[in-house]
Amino acid sequence: MTAYLLRRFLSLSLSLVAASLVIFLVMEVVPGDPASFMMGINADPQAVAALRTQLGLDEPLPLRYLGWVAGLLQGDFGVSYTYRVPVSELIAERVMISLPLTLYALALSTLIAFPAGILAASRRNSAADLSVMGATQLGVAIPNFWFAMILVLVFAINLRWFSAGGFPGWDAGFWPAIKALTLPAIALALPQASILARVMRSSLIDTLNEDFMRTARAKGLSRGQALRRHALRNALIPVLTIIGLQFSFLLAGGIIIENVFYLPGLGRLAFQAITQRDLIVVRSVVILLVFAVIVVTFLVDLAYALADPRLRRRRT
Amino acid sequence: MPVLSISGLKVDIHGNTVLHDIDLTLDPGQILGVVGESGSGKSMTALSVMQLLPHGSEWSGRIEVAGTDLATLDEPALCQMRGRDVGLIFQEPMTALNPVRTIGDQVAETVRIHTGASRREAFAIAREMLNRVGLGEDRFPLDRFPHDLSGGQRQRVVIAQAIALRPKLLIADEPTTALDVTTQAQILDLLKQLVREENMGLMLITHDLAVVAGLADKIAIMKDGEIVEAGPTREIFTAMRHPYTRALFSASAHVPERGRKTEPGDIPVLSVENVVRDYQQPRRNLFVKPPPFRAVDHVSFEISHGENVGLVGESGCGKSTLARSILALDGLQGGDIRLNGHVFTSAGEGPHPELRARMQVVFQDPYGSFNPRHRVRRLVTEPFHLVRDPPRGTELERRIDRALTEVGLSSSDADKYIHEFSGGQRQRIAIARALIIEPALIVLDEAVSALDVSIRAQILDLLAGLSDRLDLSYLFISHDLSVVRAITDRVLVMKDGKIVEQGETESVFRNPQHPYTQRLVAATPSLEAALAAPAN
Amino acid sequence: MTAASPDRSFLRAALGHPAFVIGFALSLLFIALALVSFVWTPFDPTKLAIANKLKTPTFEHWFGTDHFGRDMFSMIMVGARVSIAVAFVAVGIGMLIGVPLGLYAAARRGSLVDEVIMRGNDLVFAFPSLLLAIMITAVFGPGAVNAIIAIGIFNVPVFARLARGAALSLWTRDFVLAARVAGKTRARISAEHILPNIANLLIVQGTIQFSLAILAEAALAYVGLGAQPPLPSWGRMLADAQTLISLAPHMALFPGFAIIITVLGLNLMGDGLRDLFDPKLRRGR
Repeated sequence: MTAYLLRRFLSLSLSLVAASLVIFLVMEVVPGDPASFMMGINADPQAVAALRTQLGLDEPLPLRYLGWVAGLLQGDFGVSYTYRVPVSELIAERVMISLPLTLYALALSTLIAFPAGILAASRRNSAADLSVMGATQLGVAIPNFWFAMILVLVFAINLRWFSAGGFPGWDAGFWPAIKALTLPAIALALPQASILARVMRSSLIDTLNEDFMRTARAKGLSRGQALRRHALRNALIPVLTIIGLQFSFLLAGGIIIENVFYLPGLGRLAFQAITQRDLIVVRSVVILLVFAVIVVTFLVDLAYALADPRLRRRRT
Repeated sequence: MPVLSISGLKVDIHGNTVLHDIDLTLDPGQILGVVGESGSGKSMTALSVMQLLPHGSEWSGRIEVAGTDLATLDEPALCQMRGRDVGLIFQEPMTALNPVRTIGDQVAETVRIHTGASRREAFAIAREMLNRVGLGEDRFPLDRFPHDLSGGQRQRVVIAQAIALRPKLLIADEPTTALDVTTQAQILDLLKQLVREENMGLMLITHDLAVVAGLADKIAIMKDGEIVEAGPTREIFTAMRHPYTRALFSASAHVPERGRKTEPGDIPVLSVENVVRDYQQPRRNLFVKPPPFRAVDHVSFEISHGENVGLVGESGCGKSTLARSILALDGLQGGDIRLNGHVFTSAGEGPHPELRARMQVVFQDPYGSFNPRHRVRRLVTEPFHLVRDPPRGTELERRIDRALTEVGLSSSDADKYIHEFSGGQRQRIAIARALIIEPALIVLDEAVSALDVSIRAQILDLLAGLSDRLDLSYLFISHDLSVVRAITDRVLVMKDGKIVEQGETESVFRNPQHPYTQRLVAATPSLEAALAAPAN
Repeated sequence: MTAASPDRSFLRAALGHPAFVIGFALSLLFIALALVSFVWTPFDPTKLAIANKLKTPTFEHWFGTDHFGRDMFSMIMVGARVSIAVAFVAVGIGMLIGVPLGLYAAARRGSLVDEVIMRGNDLVFAFPSLLLAIMITAVFGPGAVNAIIAIGIFNVPVFARLARGAALSLWTRDFVLAARVAGKTRARISAEHILPNIANLLIVQGTIQFSLAILAEAALAYVGLGAQPPLPSWGRMLADAQTLISLAPHMALFPGFAIIITVLGLNLMGDGLRDLFDPKLRRGR
């Protein structure tokens, strides 16, 4: 198992290096001169030159890349061009909103999807199955930002149960903060829960058709016992992959949802930075999100190895 | 009291009757063989007794297990019966166990759900049962996972969980079909021993007459959902009252008529010299490259003009890898392969097309051998790709026509799709595809292994006839010794990548020299031997 | 099975599959709306009529008017055009690049090229898709073309992976081995035997990617990075509606319904096709 995990770790580290190269190329090479890109066409040439020096743009590309990476490794993301503060401070502040939001949404999505998927698979073609399938079909089709707007309309504007947006900060206490994140989390979670429920269902149906399920029934297990003891853990393996993918999707999906709810999270930071052409903030947020995705991928691999004893010995 | 008595059993699935009027009885300590070809309803009979029929099935009639009428039991009571009173063993040991749970856990589960046994007690019983089926404590601790075990070992685990509570009735559905012959012999011995010692009744379902002939006290022969004949084994085989019994028997022991032997020419059709084939093994450790696995280890042999050579061995012995190398589908790590004296294989782009046209192949699976989207015409003419100036127009029609009639099909079949044919017919089409280009050698890789015995007999006749008429040579690869014996002149026995013995087929089988060959021959169930043995 | 032509039995099976029929009808409806919008819309979707603003649905304006008095129904018709065009081209790019890459990787399994293609795929998957799309449109400027490229890039690995996986299992099938024994080259086998046998799978995935692309296009347009004004688009209509949501909920409802119904239609059609193509399910019919 160690060899398997070590291999995955190395492969993912390589991905991270490759991703950093791509980001560097897109952000620093493609725009031509990042300094004039950031300041706009009508900028004062002297100011542009000053920014060039500040950004170290006069150095050759490979050195600039290495300098950036070396900084990242020490937690130094550079100084924001618009906010004039270290990017690491900006990010640290925003992560405290985006990460809880993502985890909240992921938890909601899993809590909805598992029972729904299991119910649908175990009563295949029943009314329960058909309603779950119908609901998830609809859930997959709903754009989350539209759903967010409808939630605001119903629960914030009409019923006044929640506020329409903003974030009181964690200083205001745990529950008010959670309350402020609830509508955004629901908006993020619903389409993901639909996907997850469908995957859970089809994975479980595949497992229920396996020979070992027949063995279990032949031993005298009832349908329900066989499902709980033999099918669930096997069915979980493909579901884990989807949960891993959803993490990155939710993290990025936050960009739009945070905008709907005016939440000062990472996504909103990235989006504002893009409109203000603050490339330093943009590339930092992007590399951070890619890093998060890769870490989660590794965790999923770890979970795989725990769920599936065959992997503890085998290669990929 | 019989452990199982079935009378007037009828089963419909979605309105199609799959079983009619089945009557069977089985006494304690007895073995009942249920024999039939695919689709005869033998597995459905087993599932009826377990009450695990597929969705949409309805049954009527009477099934009694140890005197209890199954119709009187509700689902919880049936769950109590399954595993406690009746144990079931399946064909496919590779998939019959849950891959994510340990073997101890799975055997103990049978105990835990039926008795109130504690975890510790259940594991003790599991240990005892695994010892019982020959999986000793030292090599098979309870916390091993199924993927660590071979097929035969897994089948032993399945047996252990089926007998954990010493059921009165054990049902084994083709328990050895997926196993090698030597493993098959061990598993059959184990089952026989368990039946005698525990006084269980065993219902042994199989397609192989030879397996039941040596084992069963009683036999029921099934065809199209009905029992055509049933009775004590010896009586059935000596009297053979029913025509289907006779047909099944003669097909099982079928030896095709073979014509004269051709004079061997100077140059062998195929000559294999010192062939070596290595596989890269997956890395276990990141920093150490494992040594390559040698699948074929310095193999040499020749096939003369018109000669049929058999290649036998158990799974994993390297015979399929050797076949792939001979067909130049994989490169070689050493040695060379010559066809009619010309070097056939070479690394890189493979052999010259015109040379390649001298050798064709027929694979095992009649269902996977054809692109489902093409018509037979296009399927059988695919090898013409190898000819520089392929026939066209009426000449092409004539060739297709001839190939199809050679294999016993009609020329109108050329415009059909492959799904319109049965397994046996598909194998005929595969032979037509190989023949159309008039090769000197055809590699038959388990070409009759997936077929029912009666179809198999027909295909063997076809192959023997073609070899005589067209002076074809065959390399006949199979795990089934009786088939190889029936159709080949010479045989090669392969084990662990090496040819351990070769010689005239009859003399090798009658008087095997190598210990491995002796084991193989001894393990192969034989109808004649079983019937010749004195009654016990 | 009978000797009836496979196409006809497919058609019969398709018409008897309710999910497919509904999905196909809904998809067709939106394609029709988009096509009709080229020659006719009830009103000019770009013409401002402030006096008429924020009208709830009436007989004249079926879906009401927006804050500039533009006819919502006309805007949705023209918006369908943009959505469908962007999604179609993006998925097309994904297929045209991804499928050959996947087929090539499968044909040369384990080779360096295979490794490079697969690692490249992993790399694209490591980027949260929406984020990279936003990044691309940010650097290259917003607009329909860049939206197409951004969405298209994510379709490449999807199809490459799918094609490779499906092709790999076909390469071990006996009929492919038979073709190799018949001396056919890997490229020819890929075209003749592999591609036709994975086409069903690609079509099913294509419809699903198409619906995902419509959602992605709407999201990009919603944050202002999609098609630019004055061309109407569903995503931007929703962005306009957001600030007015308490005042004029209909501005949010109708474009939302348009997206949902289109995506739902495509997904139903994809699921239906999957069932229809699956030989196991068809045999049971």
